[in-house]
Amino acid sequence: MAELTKELSQVKGEKPAVPGKDAKARPQPEPSGKRPLDVPTGTPTVIVDDLHIVYRVYGAASETEKGNAVNALTRLLKRQGRPQMKEVHAVKGVTFVAYHGDAIGIVGRNGSGKSTLLRAIAGLLPPHKGAVYTDGQPSLLGVNAALMRELTGERNIVLGCYAMGMTPTEVREKYQEIVDFSGIDEFVQLPMSTYSSGMGARLRFAISSAKTHDVLLIDEALATGDREFRKKSQERIRQIRESAGTVFLVAHDHKVIEETCNRVIWLHKGKIKMDGDPKEVIAAYNKG
Amino acid sequence: MSQPESAVADAQAGGRSGQEPLAKLAKRYGLRRAIARPRFPVYLRQLWQRRHFILTYATSRNVSKYSSSALGQLWQVLTPLLNAAIYYVMFGVVLGGRDGIDNYPAFLLTGMFIFTYTQRTVTAGAKSISGNLSMIRALHFPRASLPLAYTIQELQQLAISMGVLLTIVWATGEWPTWYWLMIPVVLLLQTMFNVGMGLVVARLGAQMRDLNQLLPFISRTWLYASGVFFSIQNKVVGTAGLPQWVADVMYLNPAASYIEWMREILMGTHNPGYGHHPPATVVLSCVFWAVFALGFGFWYFWRSEERYGRG
Repeated sequence: MAELTKELSQVKGEKPAVPGKDAKARPQPEPSGKRPLDVPTGTPTVIVDDLHIVYRVYGAASETEKGNAVNALTRLLKRQGRPQMKEVHAVKGVTFVAYHGDAIGIVGRNGSGKSTLLRAIAGLLPPHKGAVYTDGQPSLLGVNAALMRELTGERNIVLGCYAMGMTPTEVREKYQEIVDFSGIDEFVQLPMSTYSSGMGARLRFAISSAKTHDVLLIDEALATGDREFRKKSQERIRQIRESAGTVFLVAHDHKVIEETCNRVIWLHKGKIKMDGDPKEVIAAYNKG
Repeated sequence: MSQPESAVADAQAGGRSGQEPLAKLAKRYGLRRAIARPRFPVYLRQLWQRRHFILTYATSRNVSKYSSSALGQLWQVLTPLLNAAIYYVMFGVVLGGRDGIDNYPAFLLTGMFIFTYTQRTVTAGAKSISGNLSMIRALHFPRASLPLAYTIQELQQLAISMGVLLTIVWATGEWPTWYWLMIPVVLLLQTMFNVGMGLVVARLGAQMRDLNQLLPFISRTWLYASGVFFSIQNKVVGTAGLPQWVADVMYLNPAASYIEWMREILMGTHNPGYGHHPPATVVLSCVFWAVFALGFGFWYFWRSEERYGRG
């Protein structure tokens, strides 16, 4: 544990960017030079304190111990655990503080722990060590898990809204707004399985952003959809920030991040490699 | 268990908050830990607030289940009808299980439909958490919503099955009586039991992945022990010559109790001496299992609330 922290600070020592750990030391939001959109008000909304996430993966057997019945029985008799079960240490001691009005982009290679970090902030993965403190309920923009492809867009809007915890009145109020925002028009009467991938993505974004979120976590949602819709959704994210919420955005398209975020965290193998101004971090990331 | 109990995690955080400024900062601004299991009454209230989601989810699943077939929702009626026909031919005609029972079709179908309700709820409940991991990892809601929705989905299915059943029972010469008014009471008790069972197996299924492989055998054993095809009294005491208490104990099995009560209501005559009333032990067993399973199920499921979806 102490080792990890040391490692972390070493990594941070290399880059004189805005490390999250120092964030706690500053009482006021830092000079607006660092933040192109100086919305932060100085009150923290999300505090991630030395967070470690370990999760288990099933079914990842190596070639030699692949599941035949004899092996399985021997293991049972010897009281060994399942070899297919692997523990993955996905986030290794991440620390940072996010403030009101922050839009934080998270970049990093595949498997660097970006999505895991978002899930932990959303409170969907229990920390192995450390803690996440939040103001209000952070929600992952991930309503698609509740939607059913066989159902019409209409039914899915209602289902998705309820899944996010809306009341019937709210659902009735928001329904038309969602249809308009998604721009799917008369397709709303057809099953979602008939939608193009862009239409599906638009409807999903429209549903999940219909609810007012204190802290919104977006995982690769803006990659799909045409240019016009991307503009619309960036506008929506800006609105959320202005209503003093905090937005986290994971995307591989760095242009989206540069246009939307005022701060970028670079995750590398589960640790923060750099944390600061979007342009600087992304430039460093592209070099590394 | 290698993953830390939430209590341990909490204790660690508490220990840290003494020295670590970040935890202090969080406290100063009233920030709370993202993972926390609500107290039991709060949990039940949250669940009640989610009732619209639970209902919509159950209905949506029923709609989408048949949406790819040409006959669509008609299958909700056809499936129980076809099942009834198969069971009747197999157990009534071919195997000749009808000995000693006046109205065997009604007897068999009542047993089958009532048993199927519990069996399907348990099978579906076991997958309600493990089959919805992506949703659990993306959205916040009391996890008990899922097993509850699965039970309600089966209840909607049962409503149709009961229509089929009552029609057949009536067609085979059992005229409706005032006792039929008791049908909702029995179904309510059985539903309470099913909800509880669904919650228990949902947690078990989330933690023991092998349960889904094992369940078919358990439910088949349960099917044979519940006297769906035969009268427990006639077979156990009459044919096998076992003492009476064996039959009495077998009737205490919840599935057997609900079947027995329903048969008494619908047919009345198959157990002479009681009329349309089941023995008091059967009634007590029905009530006990309903209350016990419901209470225990919610508590047992809630105990593990924050660990679902961990992987």
